[in-house]
Amino acid sequence: MPKDSGIGASSKRREDVRFLTGAGNYTDDINVHGQAYVHFLRSDIAHGRIKSVDTSAAEGMPGVVKVFTGKDFEGVGGMPCGWEVTDKHGAPMQEPPHPILAQGKVRHVGDPIAAVVADSLEQARDAAEAIDVDIEELPAVIDMKAAAQDGATLVHDDLKNNICYDWQLGETDDAKVDEVFANAAHVTTLDLVNNRLVANPMEPRVAVGEYKRGTDEYTLYTTSQNPHVIRLLMCAFVLGLPEHKVRVVAPDVGGGFGTKIFHYAEEAFCTFAAKACGRPVKWTSSRSEAFMSDAHGRDHVSKIELALDADNNFIGLRTNTYANLGAYLSTFSSSVPTWLHGTLMAGNYKTPVIQVNVKAMFTNTVPVDAYRGAGRPEATFQLERVVDKAARELGVDPIALRRQNFITQFPYDTPVALTYDTGDYNGTMDKLEAAADLAGFAARRAESEANGKLRGLGVNCYIEACGIAPSNIVGMLGARAGLYDAATVRVNATGSISVMVGAHSHGQGHETAFPQVVADMIGIDESMVEIVHGDTSKIPFGMGTYGSRSLAVCGSAMVKATEKVIEKAKRIAAHLLEASEADIELKDGQFSVAGTDKSVAWGDVTLTAYVPHNYPLEVEPGLEETAFYDPANFTFPAGAYACEVEVDPETGRVTIEAFTAADDFGNIVNPMIVDGQVHGGIGQGIGQALLENCAYDENGQLLSASYMDYAIPRADDVPFYGVDHSSQTPCTHNPLGVKGCGEAGAIGSPPAVVNAVLDALNSGGKAVDHIDMPVSPSRVWAAMNS
Amino acid sequence: MYSFEFEKPSTIADAVAALGAEDAQALGGGQTLIPTLKQRLAAPSKLVSVSGIAEMKGVCVEDDGSVAVGGATTHATVASEALGSYPALAALAGQIGDPAVRNRGTIGGSIANNDPAACYPAAVLGSGATIVTNARQIAADDFFEGMFSTTLDEGELVTSVRFPVPEAASYQKFLQPASRFALVGVYVARFADGVRVAVTGASEDGVFRWSEAEEALNKEFRADALMDLRINPANMIADLHGSKEYRAHLVSVMTKRAVEACM
Amino acid sequence: MTQVSMTVNGKSVSGDVEGRTLLSSFLRDHLSLTGTHVGCDTAQCGACVVHVNGEAVKSCNMLALEADGAEVGTIEGQANADGSLNVIQQAFQDHHGLQCGFCTPGMVMSAAALLKDNPRPTEAEIRKYLEGNLCRCTGYHNIVKAIMAASGQDVSSIAAE
Repeated sequence: MPKDSGIGASSKRREDVRFLTGAGNYTDDINVHGQAYVHFLRSDIAHGRIKSVDTSAAEGMPGVVKVFTGKDFEGVGGMPCGWEVTDKHGAPMQEPPHPILAQGKVRHVGDPIAAVVADSLEQARDAAEAIDVDIEELPAVIDMKAAAQDGATLVHDDLKNNICYDWQLGETDDAKVDEVFANAAHVTTLDLVNNRLVANPMEPRVAVGEYKRGTDEYTLYTTSQNPHVIRLLMCAFVLGLPEHKVRVVAPDVGGGFGTKIFHYAEEAFCTFAAKACGRPVKWTSSRSEAFMSDAHGRDHVSKIELALDADNNFIGLRTNTYANLGAYLSTFSSSVPTWLHGTLMAGNYKTPVIQVNVKAMFTNTVPVDAYRGAGRPEATFQLERVVDKAARELGVDPIALRRQNFITQFPYDTPVALTYDTGDYNGTMDKLEAAADLAGFAARRAESEANGKLRGLGVNCYIEACGIAPSNIVGMLGARAGLYDAATVRVNATGSISVMVGAHSHGQGHETAFPQVVADMIGIDESMVEIVHGDTSKIPFGMGTYGSRSLAVCGSAMVKATEKVIEKAKRIAAHLLEASEADIELKDGQFSVAGTDKSVAWGDVTLTAYVPHNYPLEVEPGLEETAFYDPANFTFPAGAYACEVEVDPETGRVTIEAFTAADDFGNIVNPMIVDGQVHGGIGQGIGQALLENCAYDENGQLLSASYMDYAIPRADDVPFYGVDHSSQTPCTHNPLGVKGCGEAGAIGSPPAVVNAVLDALNSGGKAVDHIDMPVSPSRVWAAMNS
Repeated sequence: MYSFEFEKPSTIADAVAALGAEDAQALGGGQTLIPTLKQRLAAPSKLVSVSGIAEMKGVCVEDDGSVAVGGATTHATVASEALGSYPALAALAGQIGDPAVRNRGTIGGSIANNDPAACYPAAVLGSGATIVTNARQIAADDFFEGMFSTTLDEGELVTSVRFPVPEAASYQKFLQPASRFALVGVYVARFADGVRVAVTGASEDGVFRWSEAEEALNKEFRADALMDLRINPANMIADLHGSKEYRAHLVSVMTKRAVEACM
Repeated sequence: MTQVSMTVNGKSVSGDVEGRTLLSSFLRDHLSLTGTHVGCDTAQCGACVVHVNGEAVKSCNMLALEADGAEVGTIEGQANADGSLNVIQQAFQDHHGLQCGFCTPGMVMSAAALLKDNPRPTEAEIRKYLEGNLCRCTGYHNIVKAIMAASGQDVSSIAAE
């Protein structure tokens, strides 16, 4: 029976009411009295040396408050990178400066050169047109392999080359890897591209900076997934402000998908300019501006090689990847192609020898950073494509080949630095085979063929490392932050509860799901518990929401804090019931003495905590507890996905006919929300596989610079999805046994789609090995006719 | 957007007078013009809205059987009101943009803009329609002059478009996945005196007639008649969404499908 | 500046605007009706959809002066008179048809326009109608399901909630 409240119930989302009635409070809905507007003059060329920026005409234009250029920020810090990767020779990564406004050079189309603050946005735009910029254009560095050559044009003149780092994970002895491949019965090799994407949350980024002269306090309202991280980075590395003087608020945020994790120059600018101008300063990104200023995602070019023995066991895996970092290091960019990618190359398989090689490149493109999945989709795509190709080459069933190589014993230490605590990959695959009715595929294919269409089935597995992350481990790997989280459970006198959490909800439904946990633990109605998030002045601390971490990490902190509250409440109850604390039980909101009918209600205990007339003297009044939780390990959600496509052989057009996901997320708090997260992830994965293509020309001009050329999925691009979450191996090391579900769909779905398209083409007699994403009609047609 | 004056006359005569101002521009539904203005790619001194001109709105059947569509008629109106009199035209109008865009966008605005990937130019050229302006009547064959260019003079307003109604017609649109404009769209119309085939989305020169296909179909109006016909890819558009060769191929496929739909 | 007057959610309103003032700006900045969102600048995302004289339009792609004298409906005017969610809004909540909520006002307004003309749309008709409304969170599954449910159709057989 489905539960109707608490952990495991599909409670309806309480936040929906405000969103459905137009009562949300997004950053652009915030207007501060007296605010001015900033417009950034952005480079329209990819690479050039700034010879002069003459703002004199602009300064006198109507409504102009102040015009800023890179010179105004010469004494100010640059945008920091939060993760120092060490290359395979032991050297730290090359880390160029990233000024708020360009200094010396522009390095990508969209690089801000100047900023005009004016009474109105149109006045700011008018004045920006009057700024005279003289730039000596330089050759654009776009192609990663060319950028890695000796003598290539340098994106950053002070660096020795364009390679940020040359990194390796797994087997360090090249000879040993060579030997495995030399002795293999079969080697499958695949060159592939993981296409550059733009996250495109529907809400563009916004920042409003405010400065109060009387108290020397700053407030930044911003579209962020992690307001405390923004405050920390901006105060400590950019503006040099004490944190207690800076409040960062991320109110309702219209989707993030990773791209709102990072600290952006516009946030620091608005904060800085609010003081410099003596007025609040607001910036609202247009969508066109977002395409050239939001950090992009993915953009890997890889070669992957899989070695198999005569019995089709995987015996070795080697990858060589070029990862695009763009022109500057965005906040977590360096960690994505390395520790979030290389560590996942074992996938669900017990391959004993793995070597991952990654060269991370600077190019004259928008910075690249985490986008839903962040590194893990890139790993999964390589692995699940090469396994599928191997199955085709060997003439074996791709599911059987996967099953044969599954890890079945846990805990399992991979050759690429992770320890999987638990999982059941065969069990999850069983669920998929049933849910997707794979047995009925042949009949469906026959039906499609009768209609002149080719039908294909693609299946793949995935594993991800979520619940990011144990601070001691990530610290050793180069992270410049801890990745714990925090929660304060504040019980009010009458028993209602405010929970201040460091996680940030921007679509994930925390305001509904988190109270389900606390209410369940105490046995009270969910409506008595409310979540407070998104404001550094209200919550203790928080590392925010990304990496499918909110419930696994912040939720665990919340559980710990609630446990402390319950423990203290039991002491108060024991006093009221004149019993031993050890005998007190809490159930359904009642404290009772074991084995008796004596009890006291939750509300009576909480009232006593705040009106401590009859009270244990050794206990402090009040009922509020904070807990920080640092995970002991990553969590390892895993699953198996199936996609069925039809291909129109005349046009190459691919339609998704069915998509089924079987995921193992461990325990689930709100199944409705979890299913919704998977739907959304699959939608984005289908978008990557079929539609989305962030492309530059050889001069560094962005070809997909608006929705006119960048296709995100529409309702008629996708079907209803089947999802099955009944395979559950609870996480062994967090109190809820939860693993995280936010990224799975985006990680697991692209290879299923591509595998399905290739299956369809091969069923039609076209021996096509691979098509790079997006598998657009034109690419399918070209592959069929090559 | 740059600043501009706004005027909303209620007659064609007033609109034409208002358009006499320097750098004045007509505003239909604005579904393309407003995004262009937002990018500051145009700087009209004045926008003259035609949305208040009743005589430029609606679909009616003329005495000679042709269907006249007022220049300020929205795509949504054509999709519903032309359903009985010219179903292929109604179907095409119902495929432009999305429902909200169709509630604002107008036929006059669309053909005056002559986007090389727009749908309406295919219907206008494919039907051999007549473009009626405040000053004259222009045959479709003389109207479109290549990408974003027409024979309209400064200040000249498309007041209506008169479509001869063919015996059979069909528009087959292959979507550009992002913009949902036509990657290739083909309008085939079979009249008693001949077949017209108009292609949009494909060519660097904007909408055009595929005369070889017309000749073949005039001999025999069957999809098979096109079997050996290939269009020269040289003049086709190549972009992120398709090569010249792919577009040329799609022209063949969409033409064939349009003919089949006419059967 | 020119004065513009219209009826918004049943109330007469007016204000002084420039020629270039968009209807979305008039609603958001002049009337503080911030439920109408702006998610793109090329008339594609549909977060700004409102009703003008009963028809769905993209308010960020229409000049405020074009709506002079019109009846305008926004998300703020959709709930029942007693403040409870209307049938469409309730279906979106019941079926988890929204996540971050940013596209939601446009989705609800488009759904209302669809159901006015087509009270019992098929799945395919709904998907087609939503061509001009982008959502990045839901993968559309629960949006389509919610609209089917709002039109009185049994959605219990649709895979997973």
